Amino acid sequence: MVKELPIVWLQGAACTGCTISLLNSASPTIKNILIDQVIPGVHVNLRFHATVMAGAGELAIEELEDTAKEKKGEYVLIAEGAIPTATEAVYGAIGERDGKPVSMQTRLEELAGNAMAVLAVGTCAAFGGIPAAAPNPTGCKPVSQILKAKGIDKPLINIPGCPPHPDWIVGTIASILLYGLPKAEDLDDNLRPLAFYGKLIHENCPRRAYFDEGKFAKRPGDEGCLYELGCKGPITYADCPIRRWNNGTNWVIGAGAPCNGCTQPEFPELTSPFYEKLKDVDLPVIGAYWLPDKEKK
Amino acid sequence: MSKIVIDPITRIEGHLKIETVVEDGVVKEARSTGNLFRGLELILRGRDPRDAQIITQRICGVCPQSHGVAAALNLDSAFGISDKIPDNARIIRNLIQGAHVAQDHVLHFYHLAALDYVDVTDVARYEGKDSALNSVKDFISRGELGPFTPRYEGDYRLPPEVNRQAVAHYIEALEIRRLGHEMVSIFSGKIPHSVGIVPGGVTATPTVDMVTSFLWKLRRLQDFINNAYIPDVLAVASVYSDYLEIGVGCRNLLSYGAYDLEGNKADYAVRKRLFSQGVTSADLKPGKLDISKITESVKHSWYQDSSSGRHPSRGETKPEYGKEGAYSWVKAPRYDGKVYEVGPLARVAVTYANGDPVMKKLVDSSLAQLNAPPSALFSVMGRHLARALSAKFIADSMEKWLLELKPGEPTFVEYTIPEEGFGAGLTDASRGALGHWIEIKDRKIANYQCVVPTTWNASPRDDNGTPGPIEQAIIGTKIKDKDNPFEIVRIVRSFDPCLACAIH
Repeated sequence: MVKELPIVWLQGAACTGCTISLLNSASPTIKNILIDQVIPGVHVNLRFHATVMAGAGELAIEELEDTAKEKKGEYVLIAEGAIPTATEAVYGAIGERDGKPVSMQTRLEELAGNAMAVLAVGTCAAFGGIPAAAPNPTGCKPVSQILKAKGIDKPLINIPGCPPHPDWIVGTIASILLYGLPKAEDLDDNLRPLAFYGKLIHENCPRRAYFDEGKFAKRPGDEGCLYELGCKGPITYADCPIRRWNNGTNWVIGAGAPCNGCTQPEFPELTSPFYEKLKDVDLPVIGAYWLPDKEKK
Repeated sequence: MSKIVIDPITRIEGHLKIETVVEDGVVKEARSTGNLFRGLELILRGRDPRDAQIITQRICGVCPQSHGVAAALNLDSAFGISDKIPDNARIIRNLIQGAHVAQDHVLHFYHLAALDYVDVTDVARYEGKDSALNSVKDFISRGELGPFTPRYEGDYRLPPEVNRQAVAHYIEALEIRRLGHEMVSIFSGKIPHSVGIVPGGVTATPTVDMVTSFLWKLRRLQDFINNAYIPDVLAVASVYSDYLEIGVGCRNLLSYGAYDLEGNKADYAVRKRLFSQGVTSADLKPGKLDISKITESVKHSWYQDSSSGRHPSRGETKPEYGKEGAYSWVKAPRYDGKVYEVGPLARVAVTYANGDPVMKKLVDSSLAQLNAPPSALFSVMGRHLARALSAKFIADSMEKWLLELKPGEPTFVEYTIPEEGFGAGLTDASRGALGHWIEIKDRKIANYQCVVPTTWNASPRDDNGTPGPIEQAIIGTKIKDKDNPFEIVRIVRSFDPCLACAIH
């Protein structure tokens, strides 16, 4: 008997980039995840995901609402995107009830209340991200704040990244299936799994030796550390340098571009301007004595 | 008289509602409603202009790359360097965008549109040895069919062999589109939301291993486009041949052109591009593109009326939810006051109208195989066919570009951000004509406006009350079964709408 893990994937103020990143999962492939038994004996049953599901309109919304009732306490809710809350949450709606639009905020509250656990996938869902950037025109909030305000006490895991690497999403789901919900010590203060977000980009960066030598790139294409071109690797927790992206093809700094800090709660406000050197940051885990003279404290 | 409301329209990007009024089985009225406003144009204000390239990609995670290109072209023009981008950088931008758009077309046909025509449940009766199909059969036998059911029932017409082939290709296409992203990543670091394209050029320095790796991924992509994608589109179009006449639309088409073949002309509207810039209509005669004729109406959109009718270079975004008579967060762009459709159909038709010999042969031979006249391009299947031909036209051009790269030569030109200035960046994204406009003051973004493909296609009525392209394509359609309104979703999906883009 194959166990079914129902999943409801809800999109708020999102760009669908997290979904597309999940499609890029290389091993297992997205086909393995949706069709096969991703872990022997378990099949991921994607009951609602507006970007890929066959049904539309009422059919789709019924599936969403039925899952919340019939699979109460059994399904994992994955939220992609921030939640617009300003002006009675009019800036984002998903489907209708009695002929009236249902706000994303209401959908999240209803679905989270009945879920077994909630995964906030992507920096918008985890921390607010781009739509919550100043002046935050639609009052976008992260999932955690919505749940807290509503007193919904469900296990919540943040999987930030703009977008997150597919391995971070798939790995977190697989971890739940194999070993159960993460314990407090498996997550950092921002509820990110330490397995993927445990170290700074800077700690594992292949250009780290340039930094330690004080050899800095002055323009794109130069050899050297990208610190002076605005790299946010020294304050950004993620395993990009060793995991690499798109089936291990490349990664941001591999293409000669500075990290923009997209897995951080501070993204984008405190990690921008993206092409300006970090300011007033007490750089952790860095041999500061190798900084250029003017940088020395 | 009855109403059909479909909310959400699934298998598109983002949050779209379609509302129709049906009388005697025919759609009399249609309203397209975009359901999510984020205000990225407002968020861009006051920021470092260079950040626009990173932030505007977040308009859409399905087609970020085209926003990266449009933003870079926009900033190049504002910084006064649009005619100074090194050839290496111009080519790498083309390769990044080309790989992205080609995989995006594959994604659209198989993973967004196909389930309207292909019956996955029929694989339950498969008796062959194909391991992918047998794994689908096993999946069906377990009884939990999400996300493939529930669905509209009734009108699945493909013969079993064609249907099973299409299911097998649905699965293979998942790998092919991932491969397309790997091609992007070679030159642009990662995707979605890549980093390689910047004002001034690109960040990557081409090397021989990047060139060869890209080349052989490209070959596999081309193989799939030639031997699966195009044949599947033709097979579906010949079985659903009534859809060569359904969903005609406004029959005015506009393309900004895409893939710069020369870099020494500052004006994007006239430089030589793989896809031509221009407009065309039912007669498929070429017309010149005049960017000054673009305006955005907001009378029926949730924005203050005072901002209506402006050219995007002076555009404003002032939300006003609940405004009387308004029903969407999408604005209504118009060209010369008229409704225009954008997208692969538009850029293929404009390039065809301008007499490109390769495009002419592609279009004519495909139509001949379907035994269909050129007017059949203006239809649901015409849009799918044009999208497949767009993918082929791009993929077949990339090998030559790739071999023109010169390892070791510059990919970036220096610039200074001006105290004040204006810019415009134009390209054709996966889903059509994409324009970014910027105004700089005090070396910061004073105003940033985006008019995005689905802003055109999913637009509501304009100030004159004229419905937008998707609305027009639905109006007049005969609905066979109002409980399973296949016609409406097939028409809407033929435009490949992207609502995060449309509203931003």
